[in-house]
This record gives sequence, C-alpha cells and structure tokens, in this order.
Amino acid sequence: MKYTGAEIIIKLLERHGIRQIAGIPGGANLPMYDALSQSECIRHILARHEQGAGFIAQGQARVTGRPAVFFATSGPGATNAISAVADAKLDSIPIICITGQVPQDMIGTDAFQEIDTYGLSVPITKHNYFARSAKELFEIIPDAFRVAISGRPGPIWIDVPKDVQMALVEFDEWPKNGVADNNFSLDMQSIQDAATIINEAKRPIVYVGGGAIHSEASESVQALIEKLNAPTVMTLMGLGALPSRHPLSLGMLGMHAAPFTNHALEECDALIALGARFDDRATGKVAQFCPDAKIVHVDIDASELNKIKNAKIGIVADLDDAIEALSPLIDSKEADEWNDRIEQLKGEYPMYMPDLVDPTSAYGIIDHVAGMLEGETYITTDVGQHQMRVAQAYPFEYPRQWLTSGGLGTMGFGLPAAIGAALEKPEATVVCFTGDGSILMNIQELITAVEENLNVKIFVCNNNSLGLVHQQQDLFYEKRIFAANYSRAVDFVKIAEGFQMDSFDLGTCVDPMSLIANALAKPGPALINVPINVYHKVFPMVPPGGANKEMLLRDRVTARTMNQIKQ
Amino acid sequence: MKTNTILELTVKNHSGVMMHVCSLFARRVFNVDGVLCLPTGDVTKSRLWLRVKEDLRLEQMILQLQKLEDVLAVRRHGASHAVFERIGEYFRE
Ligand SMILES: Cc1ncc(C[n+]2csc(CCOP(=O)(O)OP(=O)(O)O)c2C)c(N)n1
Ligand SMILES: [Mg+2]
Repeated sequence: MKYTGAEIIIKLLERHGIRQIAGIPGGANLPMYDALSQSECIRHILARHEQGAGFIAQGQARVTGRPAVFFATSGPGATNAISAVADAKLDSIPIICITGQVPQDMIGTDAFQEIDTYGLSVPITKHNYFARSAKELFEIIPDAFRVAISGRPGPIWIDVPKDVQMALVEFDEWPKNGVADNNFSLDMQSIQDAATIINEAKRPIVYVGGGAIHSEASESVQALIEKLNAPTVMTLMGLGALPSRHPLSLGMLGMHAAPFTNHALEECDALIALGARFDDRATGKVAQFCPDAKIVHVDIDASELNKIKNAKIGIVADLDDAIEALSPLIDSKEADEWNDRIEQLKGEYPMYMPDLVDPTSAYGIIDHVAGMLEGETYITTDVGQHQMRVAQAYPFEYPRQWLTSGGLGTMGFGLPAAIGAALEKPEATVVCFTGDGSILMNIQELITAVEENLNVKIFVCNNNSLGLVHQQQDLFYEKRIFAANYSRAVDFVKIAEGFQMDSFDLGTCVDPMSLIANALAKPGPALINVPINVYHKVFPMVPPGGANKEMLLRDRVTARTMNQIKQ
Repeated sequence: MKTNTILELTVKNHSGVMMHVCSLFARRVFNVDGVLCLPTGDVTKSRLWLRVKEDLRLEQMILQLQKLEDVLAVRRHGASHAVFERIGEYFRE
C-alpha cells in the first residue's frame, strides 16, 4: 500500500471509529482536509472558530465517553484551540486535537503562521506529539487513542508539519488500534482496610466525583450506596452519577450546595470519596472540611490521593473495579439514626429556590423546561449564575446527561458542547442553558447548529450582565459594581434570526408555558431569550476562601445599605 | 536550610522529554537547581538526573513525574549521591 501522511491520518481515524470531525481548514492542514474530503465514513463539521470546534469535540466525548477528534490549522488555528483543550484537561475529557504545522524545513524561521504548538500544548494536555515523519504516524495515532482513554482520561494534541502530511509511505499493514491499558492491580489490603472503616462508620457520607462518570461506575456506586444506606453528595462533575430524586442523594456539595448538604458533611465520621479530587469549590476551606471524618479515597490517579487532604486509606484503582472488590466486604445497613438526622437537617436547613413556580424566573425556567422535556435529553451550560442554578435545580437522571465546564469554568462552552452532544445523539433533545455574557463568547456557532439542523434548544438567561461577577461585587466588594453590567443590551432574538435560527422571547410573550412548549416541540435549533433580574443571586454561597458551613443564605444587608436605609 | 534530593529518571529518548519534565517543575514553581541528561546504552532510553530541594510538595512532584507518558521510572536518592558531586568539578569558577 502507498499512502500520504494525510491519508494515513484519516484512515487511522476511520479505523479507530471516528465518524464526525469538527474543525477549520487553513494552509498548513490542507493536505489533511484533502484526504478527509475523500473519506467515505467521516463527516466534517465546519465550525466557525477553533475553540468552537474543540468544544464540539468535547460535547461528543462527554456524551459518549469515547475519544473525539478535531482539526485546526497552524498558528492562529492552534492558539484558538487552546482554551477548549485546557478545559478538557481539567475535566479529564478524551479529545484529540490534530493541527497542521509549517513544513519542517521552515520551522524555526518565523514562517507565516508558525507557532510553537508543541510547546504551547505541553501544560494543557495529558500528552502531546510532534510527527517528524509520515511513518511515525503509525505509532502516534494509535498511541494517542491509548493515552486519551487509559487511566484518567485527558486531551491529546498531535502537531503534523505539512511535509509530513504530503510524504508518501509504502507499507504492508495497518498498525493495531490503540486500546486502554489495563494494568491496574488492586491492593486487597487497602480494600480490606477501607471496608473496615466503612463498616465501623456511624455517620458515613459518600462523595462522588466525575471519576464515577468516566469509569461508567454509576450503577455500582448506586448499589454500594443503597447497601450502606449512606447519604451521598456529588461534585459538579459527578452530577448524574446518582439520580437527583434518589432518596439518598443530597445533591451537589460545596460553594453552592443546599444548606443541609454542607451541614451533613460537617457531621459525618467517614467520607468515602469516589473519583473526586477535593476541588476548592467543593471543599471550601480545606482544614474545616469534614472535620470529624476518616477519609477513604478511591481514585485512578495516584497523584490525587493525599494531594489536598490526607486519606486514612487511599486506593489507586478504576472505580468500578474497586467497588466490585469492596462490595462483598461491606455489611448491609438498614436506615438508622444517621438517616433520621439527615432528614432532620433537611427540615432545619432547607434549600430555597425563589419563584420556582414562575416559568419566567431564574430557577423557574430550569424547573419548567425540565418538566416539559421528554425522552432522552442532554443538558449543557455555560459559566456563571445560570450554570450554578442548573446544577442546583435540574433533576438529573443518568450519567453523561450533564455537560458543563467544571475545572476551567470556561464561558463559551455551552453552545458548541451542545452541538457536539447533538451530533452524537441526533434523536435526543439537547438543551443549553447559557448566559448573555457566555453566549457571546462562541455565538458564531449558532450558524453551525443551523447548518447541521441539530435539535439544540438554547435558553439565554439574560440579566444583561456578567451576573456571577455582579453577585460577587455586590456581596463582597461593598456593592461596587464595576465592569459587570452591560450598558447596551444585545437583542438575541434578532441575532438568532440573523443566523436563521428560530427565536422566541419570554419577555414579551403572554403565555410563557406555551412558548416554551412550542420552542421545544419543533425539531431543530431554537433560541429562547429569558429576561432575568440581575439582583437575583445564586444562594447559598460560600464566600471564596471560606469554610462550607459559613455559607450565605440570602442577601445580607451590608453596612452601606443600612446607612442608606437610615438616611 | 533545606536539604537536596537527587531524582533519577529513566525516560524515553526523544526531543520533547526534557521539556515535559522541566515544564512540570517550572509551572508548579518548584525549583530544580541541577539537570543532567544523557542517552543510556539502550538507544531508546535516556537517563535524566535532577537535583531539587527537599520540600513538602516533593511527594506530589514525583507522582506527577510518574504520570508523564515519556517518564518510564523515577528513583529517589539522598543528597549525598555522587553524580552531582563528581560533575561539580566542571562547574566551579
Ligand atoms: C472565558 C472566561 N472569562 C471570564 C470568566 C469569569 N466569569 C465567570 S462567570 C462570569 C459571568 C458570566 O456571565 P453570563 O454568561 O451572563 O452568566 P450569568 O452569571 O449572568 O448567569 C465571568 C465573567 C470565565 N469564567 N470565563
Ligand atoms: Mg448574564
């Protein structure tokens, strides 16, 4: 067989099961695009910005759990891709970015659109490659797939100079596909020790992170929790591992948790951390997090154990494997005083979502949309108040239903991630809850959704403000609101029309419920503008750097407003 | 004064390895005051010696090193390891 480097890349991607690739062409990746044009099984989705392409790939990978690939050209194409890849690193998402690079004889000459892509991608990838010859691609491409999904998943970057894409290679057979390494041996002693701690615990709490989603362990996690009758908290990334309506679910923990959730953690005597990494948004001030608890920590990444908080027992393992070994050693427990205590805490420290019954309110829109959605649904968000409200209020049912930028918190994630999810799940409805600030960061992808006629419904929670910034300034900077409010409001309904997308406005309609129903019912993309009062905050909120028990429950009247009231 | 620790890394022999290792220390603001690297007898491998300060974060650094795809093995030696002592001769002013 005789193929060019570019053809080898495309064929190897086909062989690894890749069927849809988002990207943008340019001078340095044109040979790859030419080869892609000849592929009979890979479709290309033309994004409008490389960050959009990267988040489309993330959407694909997050709903399927399988690696997704995206393409960009050298120089500005590569730099535009960076945020989406860095985001995948922090949330452990297996995406593979393949960029063109200037020909090798021009590298180091400040050639047109030359940038040190390899160097730039080192700190934001799990691993990265620079292909020096077309032959090397036989190792690099399968290895990229292997690394992306082995152990803790993560993003990969492959930089391919143009001469490598064009070089012809003669060869006899294709290399084997990259598959996940499976070289974990369980330390049975720690499993035994963990079981002892868990069995002796009087007030255990299970703390579930994104690892439960990545390792497809939600069923076994749920079985373990039920066996123990243990109340369970989830991180932002872990939502969906246990259905929100599960009687043992205490929802999300940390900065925007329900008050009873953080209070319960204060009282637990054993914390069973499953695929969670003690992120500061979850723990609050670490020294005061679960002060009385012995910690059992299971994670596939050894460097996560004892990184933030020392565990009594640390187990490095795939979560599903670890639970399989652990379960038989765990004693079944009936509901007891601890479960009663949890019910009592729920009564004493309830979660309050104002105006939930009003479908045009900040929380109400989420609740009503959830109530109206039928069948398979996926939910994406952007970053800000609307994101935290969805995390608090949406009744998640199953793993991979929830797509949000957790670790990096990247505004601009929501729309392209929804496109990626819809590409993989064409029968489903994908809802993107976004903010008026965030949507502007990748608004160009509206036309991509229209072009692909995807079933993506975009709810713009529009407070004409960088709401979460506004909230922090209002609460913690003595109400000095600066650079948070927009002085001109964007007409998103018109903007959507310009992108040839159906659009609706909850602000001017008489019957909000039927408007939402109409927007959801018609197949294809739609944008719905939802005016929100900028003074409606997300509560509870733990002040940044504070302990979780110090959460603010409502707007506190600051000294300054007190003075204003007196005057 | 903090004492030194010597780290001995066996790594894959290709151009990006030094960058991956040094960048890991640099971005975590962890000072490396000595670096030595040469291929081993086996052409596919190199040996990389690092002299770093003993620090509470060292355990975490070693775990991070072990996660690098191109790092095959990490060994930890005490400050008295001969490798930097002997080569020190070439570094005196
Ligand atoms: C790319 C990026 N820039 C800045 C921030 C900081 N930031 C976090 S939330 C936020 C406001 C988001 O505004 P919007 O999308 O309108 O959401 P809202 O909070 O109003 O619901 C900002 C600026 C960020 N997370 N990401
Ligand atoms: Mg806003």
